[in-house]
Amino acid sequence: MNDKLIIAGKSYNSRLLVGTGKYKDFAETRAALDASGTEIVTVAIRRTNLGQNANEPNLLDAVPMSKFTYLPNTAGCYTADDAVRTLRLARELLDGHSLVKLEVLGDPQSLYPNVIETIAAAKTLVAEGFQVMVYTSDDPIVAKQLEDIGCVAIMPLASLIGSGMGILNPWNLQLIMDRVQVPVIVDAGVGTASDAAIAMELGCAGVLMNTAIAGAQNPVLMASAMKKATEAGREAYLAGRMPKKLYSASPSSPTAGIIGSVRS
Amino acid sequence: MITVNINGEPRQFPQAISIAALIEEMGLTGKRIALERNGEIAPRSTFATQQLADGDKLEIVVAVGGG
Repeated sequence: MNDKLIIAGKSYNSRLLVGTGKYKDFAETRAALDASGTEIVTVAIRRTNLGQNANEPNLLDAVPMSKFTYLPNTAGCYTADDAVRTLRLARELLDGHSLVKLEVLGDPQSLYPNVIETIAAAKTLVAEGFQVMVYTSDDPIVAKQLEDIGCVAIMPLASLIGSGMGILNPWNLQLIMDRVQVPVIVDAGVGTASDAAIAMELGCAGVLMNTAIAGAQNPVLMASAMKKATEAGREAYLAGRMPKKLYSASPSSPTAGIIGSVRS
Repeated sequence: MITVNINGEPRQFPQAISIAALIEEMGLTGKRIALERNGEIAPRSTFATQQLADGDKLEIVVAVGGG
């Protein structure tokens, strides 16, 4: 089946985007990414260690840019200015790579997005030629504004970052998908495989997760489960589910020829 | 003597040095890093020619695991 995820003109086979944080070590990171089948991985940009450990293992060795599309993020940024600076550094770091994940947070307890700062940062980044995949709330009006600014994917939360609470408001996701032409990718809140399947069944273009995999008892096995759930949800969406109804007047087995019945 | 603030820590150098020399001194030569000087990106191609000045603020970053 030719069903690609297309972001900013580039096509991907996998609709599962995976974060590279919180794993036990880089070997586990890589094993989980491989099991997930992901092609796009998020990375954070942080100050380098100025200490002595020159031979510290490096994410780029375990997760090579030749095999994965890097999506540098602005995790931990609370202002548009910090987010923009972080992504300018990311672009320099990654040889001019312009596909980025913008997230500007509103408060450190909930990690809920600050959409005002997010919109401001998106305007600057798009003007500077970045291809912005934007993490946002599930507000359909904000989502549409971010698309109008020129973001290449809208990535609403399904529930709070790291909460694993699943898809709390499928109706808002539907409102966003009804209004937005660019891919809508659920980012944050997925806790287990069924959550990913639900997101995909709703018609989302993809799902992005980190803690649901890294925080599982067996991250590599969960990564495999997420791969299947994302694919299953996508296929179910494309197949078109049967309508829900309280009663079914038509059993699955033939109604004729039941033994002991009276012939009419 | 100049003082340069690197990733939030003040560091002193006996004289003005280039970014390339600083990178070497920090043991970061050949590593994939990006550098911001006083809020502006310093492209890698300019490391050899940019001389640091007293009071400069540098941010030197790498990619790490994140979601």
